[in-house]
Amino acid sequence: MSVSAPAKLTLKDYKSDLHNDWCPGCGDFGILTGIQMAIQQMQIDPDKLAVFSGIGCSGKTPHYINAYGFHTLHGRVLTVATGGRLANTDLTVIALGGDGDGYGIGAGYFVGTGRRNVDFTYIVHNNNVYGLTKGQASPTLSKGKKTKSMPEQAIQDGINPVAMAVASGYTFIARAYALEPKYLASIIVKAVEHKGSALVDVLQTCPTYNDLYTKEWYEGADLPEKRSRLYKLEERGYDGKVSDPNDREEIVAKKAAAVARSYEDDPIPIGIYYQAELPTYEDAVMQRIPTLGEKPLVEQDVFHRDVQPLLEAMR
Amino acid sequence: MIGGPQGSGINASAEVFAKACSRAGLRIYANIEYHSNIMGKHSFYRVRVGDEDVRSYRDKTDILVALDHETLAGDGDHRRWPTHYGHLHEVNEGGGVIYDGEIGFDIAGGRTDLHFRAVPFMELIKKALEEVGKGEQARRYEVMKNTVGLGASLALCDYPFDLVAEVIRSQFKGKRSEVGELNVRAARLAFEYVKEHFDTSKFPYTLKPYPEPKARIVAKGYEIHAIAKLKAGCAFQTYYPISPATDESVFLERQQRDYNLLVVQCEDEISSINMAVGAAHMGVRASTATSGPGFALMVEGIGFASITEAPGPVLILYQRGGPSTGMPTRQEQGDLQFALHPAQGDFPHLVIAPGDLRECYQDTFSAFNWAERYQMPIIVLSDKKLASVYTTIDKLELMYDQIDRGEIFTGSEWTPVAAKGPNDQGTQAPGHNGNGHKLDLANVKEYLRYALTDDGISPRSRPGVKGGRFWATTDEHDPDGHITEGVEMRMAMMEKRMGKLALVAKAIPRDQQYFLHGPKDAELTVLAWGSTKGTVLDALKVLEAQGKRINYLQCRLMKPFPAEAVGRILREAKRIVSVEENYSGQLAQLVQEHTGVMITERANKFDGRPFSEDEMVRALSRVYDGAKAEPVVTHVR
Repeated sequence: MSVSAPAKLTLKDYKSDLHNDWCPGCGDFGILTGIQMAIQQMQIDPDKLAVFSGIGCSGKTPHYINAYGFHTLHGRVLTVATGGRLANTDLTVIALGGDGDGYGIGAGYFVGTGRRNVDFTYIVHNNNVYGLTKGQASPTLSKGKKTKSMPEQAIQDGINPVAMAVASGYTFIARAYALEPKYLASIIVKAVEHKGSALVDVLQTCPTYNDLYTKEWYEGADLPEKRSRLYKLEERGYDGKVSDPNDREEIVAKKAAAVARSYEDDPIPIGIYYQAELPTYEDAVMQRIPTLGEKPLVEQDVFHRDVQPLLEAMR
Repeated sequence: MIGGPQGSGINASAEVFAKACSRAGLRIYANIEYHSNIMGKHSFYRVRVGDEDVRSYRDKTDILVALDHETLAGDGDHRRWPTHYGHLHEVNEGGGVIYDGEIGFDIAGGRTDLHFRAVPFMELIKKALEEVGKGEQARRYEVMKNTVGLGASLALCDYPFDLVAEVIRSQFKGKRSEVGELNVRAARLAFEYVKEHFDTSKFPYTLKPYPEPKARIVAKGYEIHAIAKLKAGCAFQTYYPISPATDESVFLERQQRDYNLLVVQCEDEISSINMAVGAAHMGVRASTATSGPGFALMVEGIGFASITEAPGPVLILYQRGGPSTGMPTRQEQGDLQFALHPAQGDFPHLVIAPGDLRECYQDTFSAFNWAERYQMPIIVLSDKKLASVYTTIDKLELMYDQIDRGEIFTGSEWTPVAAKGPNDQGTQAPGHNGNGHKLDLANVKEYLRYALTDDGISPRSRPGVKGGRFWATTDEHDPDGHITEGVEMRMAMMEKRMGKLALVAKAIPRDQQYFLHGPKDAELTVLAWGSTKGTVLDALKVLEAQGKRINYLQCRLMKPFPAEAVGRILREAKRIVSVEENYSGQLAQLVQEHTGVMITERANKFDGRPFSEDEMVRALSRVYDGAKAEPVVTHVR
């Protein structure tokens, strides 16, 4: 992570001047704002920030952020971000994409990323539908549910992203809500500050296609007594942080607690489910290639290599 | 030739022998045939030795070393559909057969011309172990049978034992030196056994070292690709395990610490290619290696790299027998058309097919320069045969050591290089892109990653560089890198990207694009590409001695294809025959597409084995003598 520039950067400095073409009221706006607030709070140098995205409505996010932006392929954002991060560890890397992108077509890379624990943040725009193709069921929509955009009920069950992240090895797992950008920003700050792969699953509304999980639904407007369908973990005394990363028992207990919480559906917990400071992929790489501890790969001199010893061994 | 079950170490014996010959100044060409199997199935290794350069294998061998029954008699006794019938039919007249006396092979009624030599393999291993007081452990050292076979064959052809002992010792260093000594003992006992029990003076094939040998290296193609990557400054290699591409990545993995190279084993090939694209955009030289099934997964990454004008990656595609899983460990030149058209839409990328190990080095090295200068992904078409062939090379050409990183935005003094809008000629009003932005590019002062320049190359930046900020998207985009669906910008960007191919075609040295070997005026012109090069050249030498005037057009750069030059040469040719190790004649199709020259004679081989010199000689003679070309098949009995 690279912090600080002489003059304090304002929120405006993190916004590109590109016209935004998301639907009015889209939850993506909240997530974009949350990201911009977080990186502004952290005063990250835009030249040292790379934002990667997948494909879909959320994939357009990097274009609206004033930083190096990579709008990649459907489901592959984590692989591209991993390559980018490993090539230049001086950069702050944020990857993001939709729930279909990350938990469906990109599920293999979601798992692979957890296994590696590369130091970056992955934000998932989780709105239960494939928006850009007009509202088909996404991998997080539960079996039997039907949004107005679907001709039939969902015939497959939804997956549990938090539990999947626990099993895959993510070392920071959190959930937030798109329409509470301030809280989201506070979570993103912690995710970016965390050393290792950090998942922030963001519950998001899709006012155009998802008429089940709307702003009003999250607010519990339909309940006999209106109350939010969300609660903050830390407000109920939950602490997902592993205090001793060498204590395997504590890790297992905290993981089990995170998984248990992730199955609560009314109200739904938001906040940090799990966090452990474990060695990152970069740490392991530096053990193999010690010079990478001095400067990132991209700055290493690799153009004056002497291959003669390898040829001599072939005599 | 040495044959035996997989896991029996035939490759170690063959390579030790090959290396010993090379150190003695002889030329070697060795190739392995093996099953997609870890242990037990039949494999064999041929080693051809010559005074002059040998670049292919022959149908027949002078000495056959058999570690098992199947090597002699095939697998017809235990398979419903035999895959082979043993190798006795491949032994030259009067040749020698060394086999394990324990396997109970009945030589009666077979080849009476051959010198059969039954050697008690296990007995000799036991004796070697007894010499160091480990006689009771013989079964544990059964794997040394390969060394016994090696020692026995050296006695037969009267090759100095010490030359081989020295190589064996060099293969077992440090803690393993004790095992090395054991192997030397076992080999020596076998050597002495054969000398003692048989009259080797009657054996017609002998091998003599040179008194003052020239120093050469013996290498496999995957090592050469890897060394070229190191020399070219590749800093990031990704891979997913797949035969026969894995060896290259594992070789590089071993060099990580010494060469500041990061090798990442990925969860699949989609991850491999896309990680490499991500790293390339960051400014490191990135590469990956795979084979057909992995390439089938990677293709979206090729389109991604191309539309975002990533400076790479370089991809070594080791072709193997297709389609689908096909024949994972066998040879085929079956992916040319696939490599030319891997993904949706029209996009620029380069495809080059080296013909031998020296060209593997040159093309892999050059590919990194081209990838950065022209900002596109590059496919180097290698194959199983090049990957695993073990052969002598004099030296690697040092002229291929100039690094060219292309045009780079450094952040210091940016002038919009001939930045222009798609319709800035005359007084036309600036157009609009899909997002409603005016295309007033001539007045843009800030850095534009996808600036529309005269030659289509926009100086590249990388994250971390001040003022070089950009967006890269797989959507069609404008000079900023933002999405556009505007008509004019789309046209301009397609023309910018595709136009780079013409620059590449001009810049690549002619000899690296195509090469006409042999006489200019010939009765027959051979059209071929890739790893058949050595075989064609060896065959031409034989045919030339028979008074046949044949030349050989080697196509190397496949995209952009040197259509004009190839068309000119082929139109002047009296007759043309294409030889390819695939079913359909994929180069022949490419030539027809680009030049309009119809290739009607196609000698294709698609049985999963490379052409032997003899097969090539027969195939070419046939067409030379006026007959139709026909598919070439390895004689298995």
